[in-house]
Amino acid sequence: VEAHAANGTGGGRAAFVRSPLHRLPDQVLRWGLGGLATAILVLIAYFFIRLIGQSGTAFNHFGISFVLGNDWDPSREIYKGLPLLIGTLITAGIALLIGVPVAVASALFVTELCPRRVRAPLGMLIDLLAAVPSVVYGLWGVFVLGPKLEPVEKLFGNALSFIPFIGDSASQIQPGNYFIAGLILAIMILPIVSAISREVLNTVPPEHKEAALALGATRWEMIRMAVLPYSRPGVTGGAMLGLGRAVGETIAVVLVIGDSENLGHHLFDQGYTLAAVIANEFGEAANDKLHSSALFAAGLVLFVLTLIVNVLARQFVTRGARGKRFGGDVGAATNAVAVAGPPV
Amino acid sequence: MSAIQLPPISARRRRTDRIMRGLLLSGTVVALIPLVLIIYYLLYKGLGSWSGNFFTSDPNGSFFGNPGGIRSAILGTLEIIGLATAGAVPIGVAVALWLTEYGKQTRYANVVRYFIDVMTGVPSIVFGLFIYITLVISKVGGQGFTAWKGSVTVALLMLPIVIRSSEVVLDLVPGSLREAALALGAPRWRVIARVVLPTAAPGLVTGSLLAIARGMGETAPLLFTVSSATVLTGSLNGQMNTLPVQIFGDITSPKSAVVDRAWGAALTLVALIFILNLIARAVSRRSR
Repeated sequence: VEAHAANGTGGGRAAFVRSPLHRLPDQVLRWGLGGLATAILVLIAYFFIRLIGQSGTAFNHFGISFVLGNDWDPSREIYKGLPLLIGTLITAGIALLIGVPVAVASALFVTELCPRRVRAPLGMLIDLLAAVPSVVYGLWGVFVLGPKLEPVEKLFGNALSFIPFIGDSASQIQPGNYFIAGLILAIMILPIVSAISREVLNTVPPEHKEAALALGATRWEMIRMAVLPYSRPGVTGGAMLGLGRAVGETIAVVLVIGDSENLGHHLFDQGYTLAAVIANEFGEAANDKLHSSALFAAGLVLFVLTLIVNVLARQFVTRGARGKRFGGDVGAATNAVAVAGPPV
Repeated sequence: MSAIQLPPISARRRRTDRIMRGLLLSGTVVALIPLVLIIYYLLYKGLGSWSGNFFTSDPNGSFFGNPGGIRSAILGTLEIIGLATAGAVPIGVAVALWLTEYGKQTRYANVVRYFIDVMTGVPSIVFGLFIYITLVISKVGGQGFTAWKGSVTVALLMLPIVIRSSEVVLDLVPGSLREAALALGAPRWRVIARVVLPTAAPGLVTGSLLAIARGMGETAPLLFTVSSATVLTGSLNGQMNTLPVQIFGDITSPKSAVVDRAWGAALTLVALIFILNLIARAVSRRSR
């Protein structure tokens, strides 16, 4: 309006022209809000630089072997974090392996199969899992899930003893281990993957589904041939956002993984993750420059790892959204869910 | 006799269909089992400790007898979250306003959006490290670990949630409302203050409540910034007790009475979070 009014030359238009003084609040608001947005970006960059600076000591000391060396021992002042990195990848891998199929199955059931009336309540119930804090998952994992699952783990280890990583473990199952940590993580990423999958599945055009059904497909064939191909990129992106969450989860994992600095020998052995080691050793490291620097470096590795996963996930989600006639809102919807969490 | 005769669906296809439907249903059931189990155990083990002076006493560290309750933890959580909300909600809504009213789809606005989305993917423990490095080590404000630094951390975690949920709501305000106000000669800031914000208010409240619920359960960032205390302190410039950190500490205790307290505290925390979620739902439903 101001622009138009300012350009106006007719006598009547002069009434619309605001004096500079009256336009001031608008300018203040515009640049103030924009400055705030910029300040957040600057702050994040500043944090990142400080984190790099603090982890410098450890990286100078150990070089690339900080990530690739298999020896983490604070008592000898050696910090080579391969056991942590591997532990992070194993637990996150287990979480995906268990969590994603269940999440996608539940999303398919809620959007395609269940009666319309129970759709919203069922989705809401699954979303409630996201409202449980991670320390409560940890508490439950330590005192309920861990003890109750031990016989099952024993059975599992015995039955599959011919597989290297799983086998030769049945006799030495630890109370805290990779598997329990992965299982807890699977439960924790389930609601987010399920919510994103539901959003994505809801954008499949009904015409596609109706066409499949009209051609004589059964419900499952419709899902397999019309629904899944359309929503695959979005669901993949959702799974990767779940992966990012599993990689960075701290408190639940530190309670159930056993906290051993040695690389575990099998699925049911104690281990460590990057996030767990930071939370656990941070207190004792406070007065030890190299140790605390090593923990900051572990934090930096974790940060970069989650950054890569998240950037890739967003790529998937937006690629899924682009180039599709009806898919325009897949990206937006998924982003909203991923950021704000499932709409409980 | 109809003109077109579809071939009947073969028994094999019908069987596959039934099996796959069964699998999808069982996947849904499996997804709900943990929720049922967690709520069951929280009630079963937590309600027992909700007795006597559980809510009115502080942890006292006494090795024999009653270990004390969770009063300081509840108040500490409320104080820290309150301060975090006071920071994160206005800033978050302001940035969302800039994105919807000024930035729109410009390249810079999309860059801001992208980084805010990326911010949500950053693990909370890394935010804890950020604040630890910048504020705790250098003892800003004279103390190392303080409650207000915890609030800053939690506010940073809440910020992207508030921004993106607010943006969605602000986008829903009809453009015709803005145009009507502008056509009547109102300046932009007036349109925002008198038209856009009031129209979007219920949605903004919902998003903020969900962000608060998310921030309330965070443990790791508080370990690095607030540390812990047992006594009740009102000062935000000192260590403070919080529900998540107290639960975390109590879990590793060898004393069963302390572990019971962890269950009671966990039930309290989950109840608070669920109530916030319910209120958020109610607010968003009433606005519809």
